[in-house]
Amino acid sequence: MNYDTVIGLEVHCELKTQTKCFCGCRNNFGDQPNSNTCPVCLGLPGALPVLNKTAVEYAIKAGLAFGCTINNETVFERKNYFYPDLSKAYQISQLEKPLCVNGIVEINVNGKTKQIRLNRIHLEEDAGKLIHDGIGGTVVDYNRGGVPLIEIVTEPDISSADEAVAFLEALKSTIAYTGISDVKMEEGSLRCDVNLSVKPAGSDQLGTRTEMKNLNSFKAVYRAINYEQKRQIEEIEDGHKIVQETLRWDDSIGESRSMRSKEDSQDYRYFPDPDLLPVYISPQQVLDLKNSLPKLPNVLKAEYMEMGLSNYDASLLTETKQISDYFTEVLTQINQPKLVANFIINETLRKLKEDGENKISANDLSKLLVLVDKKEISTTAGKQVFEAMWNTGESAESLVEKLGLKQMNNDDELKTMVESAITANPQSVADYKGGKTSAIGFLVGQVMKASKGKANPQKVNEMLKELLG
Amino acid sequence: MDYTQLSILEVAKLLREGKVTSLELTKQALQMAKEKESFNALTQVFEEDALKQAALVDEMFKSGKELPLLAGVPITIKDNINLTGKKTTCSSKFLSTYVSPYDATIVKNLKSSYAIIIGKNNMDEFAMGSTTENSAFGPTLNPRNPQYIPGGSSGGSAAAVAANIGYASVGTDTGGSVRQPSAMCGVVGLKPTYGLVSRYGIVAFASSLDQAGPVTKTVKDSALMLNVLSCHDEMEETSVKRDKIDYMQSFTGSVKGIKIALIKECFGDGLDEEVKQKIMDAKSFYESQGAEIIELSIPVFNDILACYYILSSAEAASNLSRFDGVKYGFSIENPKNLNDLYLQNRSKGFGKEVKRRIMLGNYVLSSGYYDAYYKKAKKVQKKLVKQFAEVFKLCDVILMPTAPTPAFKIGEKVGDPLSMYLSDIYTVPVNIAELPAISVPCGVSKNGLPIGMQLIGSKFSETTLFNVADVFETQKEAK
Repeated sequence: MNYDTVIGLEVHCELKTQTKCFCGCRNNFGDQPNSNTCPVCLGLPGALPVLNKTAVEYAIKAGLAFGCTINNETVFERKNYFYPDLSKAYQISQLEKPLCVNGIVEINVNGKTKQIRLNRIHLEEDAGKLIHDGIGGTVVDYNRGGVPLIEIVTEPDISSADEAVAFLEALKSTIAYTGISDVKMEEGSLRCDVNLSVKPAGSDQLGTRTEMKNLNSFKAVYRAINYEQKRQIEEIEDGHKIVQETLRWDDSIGESRSMRSKEDSQDYRYFPDPDLLPVYISPQQVLDLKNSLPKLPNVLKAEYMEMGLSNYDASLLTETKQISDYFTEVLTQINQPKLVANFIINETLRKLKEDGENKISANDLSKLLVLVDKKEISTTAGKQVFEAMWNTGESAESLVEKLGLKQMNNDDELKTMVESAITANPQSVADYKGGKTSAIGFLVGQVMKASKGKANPQKVNEMLKELLG
Repeated sequence: MDYTQLSILEVAKLLREGKVTSLELTKQALQMAKEKESFNALTQVFEEDALKQAALVDEMFKSGKELPLLAGVPITIKDNINLTGKKTTCSSKFLSTYVSPYDATIVKNLKSSYAIIIGKNNMDEFAMGSTTENSAFGPTLNPRNPQYIPGGSSGGSAAAVAANIGYASVGTDTGGSVRQPSAMCGVVGLKPTYGLVSRYGIVAFASSLDQAGPVTKTVKDSALMLNVLSCHDEMEETSVKRDKIDYMQSFTGSVKGIKIALIKECFGDGLDEEVKQKIMDAKSFYESQGAEIIELSIPVFNDILACYYILSSAEAASNLSRFDGVKYGFSIENPKNLNDLYLQNRSKGFGKEVKRRIMLGNYVLSSGYYDAYYKKAKKVQKKLVKQFAEVFKLCDVILMPTAPTPAFKIGEKVGDPLSMYLSDIYTVPVNIAELPAISVPCGVSKNGLPIGMQLIGSKFSETTLFNVADVFETQKEAK
């Protein structure tokens, strides 16, 4: 039997505000444990939370980036549960009136576009971090406790591991564009839980779902989904029922283990936090935040494709804001989208992968590309100059001069070289005259060789045709 | 000379006239704390700090510096208010060794007024109770008759002021915890409008109801204390932003034309005849002073006690969850596992009444019961707010008893929490509706126990309350 897989994701994303969500402590990854703490985020007796307005703005920006509706009144609630990393034994979160509802994330898998609906985005605080010291003890670092977090919940619209990863990539790049988060899975600023069930292909009846936690990379998400869908199908085929439970993914062995079943699922006893006032958001505030958003990758991608770039190239150029900003800036000085795109994709992205840092300013790159565009140097020479610019930081002009790569455009000089090529290769000449037009390529090659690559091949070609009649 | 029986205003005058020093006042207050130790009104005494502080204030007086009225005056604070470097025990075993690393905002206010904090007051554990019998450090005795409870939960505050241990105390009032013990000890207790006095640094019981307020010997001292305590606090979202008022300007000496309402629901079953008589006497007094007396109704009034126990316990259950023994507070040695750690720390660290409230609170919040209890109580709260608003369209203040009976004997109601809860029936509606109210002594019972009357106003009407209360206090006896 064939099965459909039904997947919904819950994505947690830490917001890159200066300070924490409900106190003035620094929000920074990697600081000395418990150095960014105060009575509020340590949950000391008597301390009270005060909402960080920037965190609310960031969460709204996320919502707007995905086309969500922003609720004009939002309420914070307490989610009560005991765990040592949760200093107050409740997490300030949102249940009944989240900040944002009903968004869309568009993904592209195997050339097909699909829309994944978002149910909601709400704002909450992160918990601290438990560190097991390896000798049986556990210590807590509360630096992360109280860091603002958005939880993005999808509808069960995802049907494969490929789609899930495509969704996460789209989500990640869009959030990165808005600048509200680092979205680094390796630092835990982006985390994802997977809800998955399977059902007979085409059936309307949803199967029993499981929830998988501890997915620390896109690869882990991919592997865990494939593992879980296979496991569930096998259970069903063996005549077993799927148990609703929470599973913990162990990426090192590629398996998931049960954490708790539905029966021991916690009653969080949500209720409105009496320490916090409802937050009212005016339509004007939403509009201002909307206007403050940069052009997002899906919009840019469409624009790039209108310029004549392929879907693939447009995707590559919109992977990060750094690259699309760079592309746009170079374009302002040399309006040749294909030429610029090719150079950035083939050269810049390649070098970036090696060095991690762009060594050539948009201004410098455009000067180089102007030379290529005006045929002052060949494309091959252009690549050579690019490499040298990256390594030395020198300007394109001086490197072209230094490396002697300036294209030969002087007609008299070229003519002499073309004539000597004709004289030296009678056989090719005869072939050409006998109707074998491809023989001219050999002759062009000879001229290029003689000119040490500096001759303008197009011009040589024209000249040969003229002389050979 | 013994200054301990004077009011803040009286000693403030003597300090400025150079007739007494802060050091003398402080020494006498500390001496009184020792003499009256058996009342168990204090959990901690800060003798050394207090004397040092008093000497500093005396220097400032000597240098001719103009100081706030509270400067150099010894006071106490309830032991759920954080004072840097001192224990905040909440009279709980759980926090018996916990030292606060920071000051509550109101402590900052007291410090910047140069008040001398000589100690902290005993209380019902985590402010849950009406008798101060629920303290890990033993009950506080009523200074008017040590066989009787002082009321609660700020029983230590009321007892300290009644016993002249310090000139005032700051208590907290979630359902009557300042007013009810003040009534039972024969002192003045104010519960300010919610949001007027900062909650930051006060260990939360029920966040939406908690409000700190002064316990004093006179109404004018209460106004003086509110001047110091009230402020807008950036550290608290529910703190109100208002222009600062000088409450010492409240007093006109007259209640002519003031409309005072009696609420008919307050005079039914359970109200002690003597208490009722004293309230009627007060009514007659106000009438004779030219106030207009009207009878009004708040139909939902007697349902509010139930509503209060749902809302306050729900918030308390959540607020007290942080006391798990992981970060601070009571923690057992060698727990078997994490669950065992939680279970034992909380079972052994908390007293009976606290555990009762935690269970009640978690019950009303649990899925399946939330709508029937918590949500319904919220609806009743809205109804009460509306009915109070209707009443305040027709009157300036409401007059009613603070508690249905005078103090009862220690141990009398320990086994009967429900009947104990009833002693808050007149005070809890004030918290539920976020209103201000003041309890003023209005006589004594045949047994010689104090009786208090309660004046309730609309939000931020503290000036009116102070004035109406002061007229009674200063002119009733004279008459």
